[in-house]
Amino acid sequence: MYSFLIRELEKLLGSSSVLARQEDLLLYEYDGSVEKGRPDVVVFPTSTAHVSSIVKLAAKHNVPIVGRGAGTGLSGGALARTGGVMIVFARMNRILAVDAENQRAVVQPGVVNFELTRAAEPYGLYFAPDPSSQKSCTIGGNVAENAGGPHTLAYGVTSNHVTALELVLPDGEIVRVGSAQGDAPGYDLTGLSVGSEGTLALATEITVKLSRKPEAVKTLLSIFDSVDDAAETVVDITARAITPSACEMLDGWTLRTVEDFVHAGFPRDSAAVLLLEVEGLNEAVAAQAAAITEVCNAHHAREVRVARDNAERELLWKGRKNAFGALGRIAPSNYVLDGVIPRTKLPQTLRHIQEIGTRYGFNIGNIFHAGDGNLHPIVLFDPRDKAQFERALQAAAEIIRYCVEVGGALTGEHGVGMEKSELMPLLFSDADFDLMRRVHDAFNPNSALNPGKIFPLSKGCGEIRLRP
Amino acid sequence: MTATANFASRLESALGASQVIADPAACSEYAVDEIMPTAIAKPTSAEQAAEIVRFAALEKLALIPCGNRTKLGIGMPPSRYDIALDMTGLNQIAHYDPGDLTLSVDAGTNFNEFAVPLYNQNQFLPLSVPFYFESTIGGIIASGLDSSLRHSYGTARDFLIGAEFVDGTGQLCKSGGRVVKNVTGYDLHKLLIGSLGTLAVITRLNFRTFPAAPASRGFVASFPTSEDALAFRSLVEASPLRPSSVELVSPQLLQLFLETEKKPAESPATPLDGKFAVDFWHLCVSMEGASEVCDRASREFAQLASAPAAKNMQLAALGENEGADLWHYIGQAVPLLLESFPSAAIFKIALLPNRMSGLLAQLQAVADQASLAHATLARSCGVIYFALLPPADDANALGRLAQAASAIFALGAKENATATLPWCPTALKRRVNIWGPPRPDLALHRRLKSAFDPQNLFAPGRLTLSS
Repeated sequence: MYSFLIRELEKLLGSSSVLARQEDLLLYEYDGSVEKGRPDVVVFPTSTAHVSSIVKLAAKHNVPIVGRGAGTGLSGGALARTGGVMIVFARMNRILAVDAENQRAVVQPGVVNFELTRAAEPYGLYFAPDPSSQKSCTIGGNVAENAGGPHTLAYGVTSNHVTALELVLPDGEIVRVGSAQGDAPGYDLTGLSVGSEGTLALATEITVKLSRKPEAVKTLLSIFDSVDDAAETVVDITARAITPSACEMLDGWTLRTVEDFVHAGFPRDSAAVLLLEVEGLNEAVAAQAAAITEVCNAHHAREVRVARDNAERELLWKGRKNAFGALGRIAPSNYVLDGVIPRTKLPQTLRHIQEIGTRYGFNIGNIFHAGDGNLHPIVLFDPRDKAQFERALQAAAEIIRYCVEVGGALTGEHGVGMEKSELMPLLFSDADFDLMRRVHDAFNPNSALNPGKIFPLSKGCGEIRLRP
Repeated sequence: MTATANFASRLESALGASQVIADPAACSEYAVDEIMPTAIAKPTSAEQAAEIVRFAALEKLALIPCGNRTKLGIGMPPSRYDIALDMTGLNQIAHYDPGDLTLSVDAGTNFNEFAVPLYNQNQFLPLSVPFYFESTIGGIIASGLDSSLRHSYGTARDFLIGAEFVDGTGQLCKSGGRVVKNVTGYDLHKLLIGSLGTLAVITRLNFRTFPAAPASRGFVASFPTSEDALAFRSLVEASPLRPSSVELVSPQLLQLFLETEKKPAESPATPLDGKFAVDFWHLCVSMEGASEVCDRASREFAQLASAPAAKNMQLAALGENEGADLWHYIGQAVPLLLESFPSAAIFKIALLPNRMSGLLAQLQAVADQASLAHATLARSCGVIYFALLPPADDANALGRLAQAASAIFALGAKENATATLPWCPTALKRRVNIWGPPRPDLALHRRLKSAFDPQNLFAPGRLTLSS
């Protein structure tokens, strides 16, 4: 089936833009998650017209399609669960326009997140969503997963910054939704598309808002001798209506691992640190930093350090954003969860995660977006030890269940993908799945795009047709 | 007719007599674009709302959900309308967690019902859209209206975090949740914003709330022309200040505000009259934050006043309470216009901010050519509310309105703007599609509508984009 399709794809794109040898395909069978799924052919389009033609060819051969940016995703969203054609957007990586006056940029999906911020920098602007992988992840991937990051606490996730999309539908049709300004008549198709995990359409052009850099930024590192105190501090900061632009927490075990690798300046003997940032006018920043320091001290912070300069600030953030790399040094694999909880439930949830870890025999680290209740418990395991892997998955499922029990959700920014699709019934009823499936089918009636994602395979009603 | 007359009694036996009204006088209160429903159903729970939808599905009846009916004029005339689904019986605050800054309210809850408990916790929801003080939260979301605070807080899509609703098959569904960050499943709740009840019957809405700022300050920079005012707007936006709102008020609109405050019921504490040059355009900027931040804003504005772009400017600084009436009038510009000019046609035109100046000049030319008075409220983010104001006794105004509407839609298309006509006389809707020129995503809209509402029961025809 594939040899004829591959010839047609090579004719369309040139042979250097089509990969079909097993040793090449191996590189595309994984992402940042613990899942795997190998495509049968990988293609690298350079234009929307290419994408539309590829989709039409795949439809002709009745073969599924999955879009992929840099493959840094953490839920298996960009994996070919049922094989088929993988469209990698690496060569659609042009910034088509930076409109500084209107604070907009138009980009192709393969543009790396941080590259856009660099291009906007001369105008005093930047792209606000800043996932930890921002130096390698693409904006197309950010759109598919509705990516977040530390600063989404103040500035919102990807969907808050996307105003228009050019989409390619599974029949090859090219449609524009939204508007450069953002308001468009009718239903919010842009809002629906962002975060739909590549199951509705492929985004081939993205119009985003650029944010203006603040006059002043202050970064604080607050050091605690107890996780509880750090967690209570976060609850209190929220309750007192202090609005930092970022409020990140690293527990002792995680910060020691990070410190050994990055040397960011996290004290190795502490039980937890909070990395806090305030931004705005000089006057606002000074007042906010003072208020935060007061709350930290009220909760027995050992010390509150303010980064003296940009270098120290960047080092602290390097420690935060490279944490997952650091963990790679001590275990063959790690499983990063993404549960969300109401922020007032933070102390009890962290205690419960520790209990679960003890019960399953794992040391579970925590490094996460504390300010918006988005947890990232990390379970370290060796995937070659099947029994241990199974136990890791069970511990993870138990943590996620607890998040839902206290009023939270399965995923704050990583997406459902393959990884959490079977947990979806914890939150959604058959009626919910039924409607979601009808919405899915309005765009993607034959499940040609990214089959086997979001919807639980076990649910007969939400049957997302898996191809052989 | 007999079949429809009968359905009211069948609905009554299903729901109970007190929850169904078929009296024509009462029904006329629920008319939409002069079309009356046959019955009004008033559910008191989400389950009952679902039961009514299932009844409508079975009997193939069209229904329009509503709250306090302040914004039912928005939309094309319904193609069918059997049942008015009055949601005001669902009016409880389901959850309010001040520590989490999240709020969950039933769709029929009045704005003030939840604004007060929020206020008591020093929090608020930035949804003071036109008519908000007499609106239900369901109506505010379904109408998709924006407020001047979108400048700093965004629109509902930025802080609506979840919803519960009844789909067209009569099933209770939900999306999102009650946490501030969540990507679990499709964001179906975003589709409900501005859907005018055409996709689902909203039963409950979840929001993130915001801490109220400790202090605020207002600045009104007045200029002889809109070009000057918008040039100054660019300076304000490029400054380090982060205003909470930046709104341009035309001379005609300010005139209306001044007339409003003269009315006996209004009796302002600090009158606006005499503060501003009446025939000028007014860039109204509000700042929120700590008092140091507000003081800084005063200094910045004094500095901006010396810029060349400010050479014709008159600057008025408004203290904490002085500005309250002005911001209220700006927020309620649409209701004030409709009260004084019941036949007004008010357009919403969205475009990139640096194109506003050119478009404003062309809009005024269209109005002048049609011999129609006009008024403008423009938001810095690129949204213009442009009102054509025919006098009540002008019998020939309709033709001129229709002509001007076509010209404005054509202008919008030429300038890459999206233009719609949310408020206008029903008669005008028979001559122009208020949703503006055809859009490329029409087919997706239709498919999405059928996904939610396969039998087209909900507000049929109201959100029918041009084809």
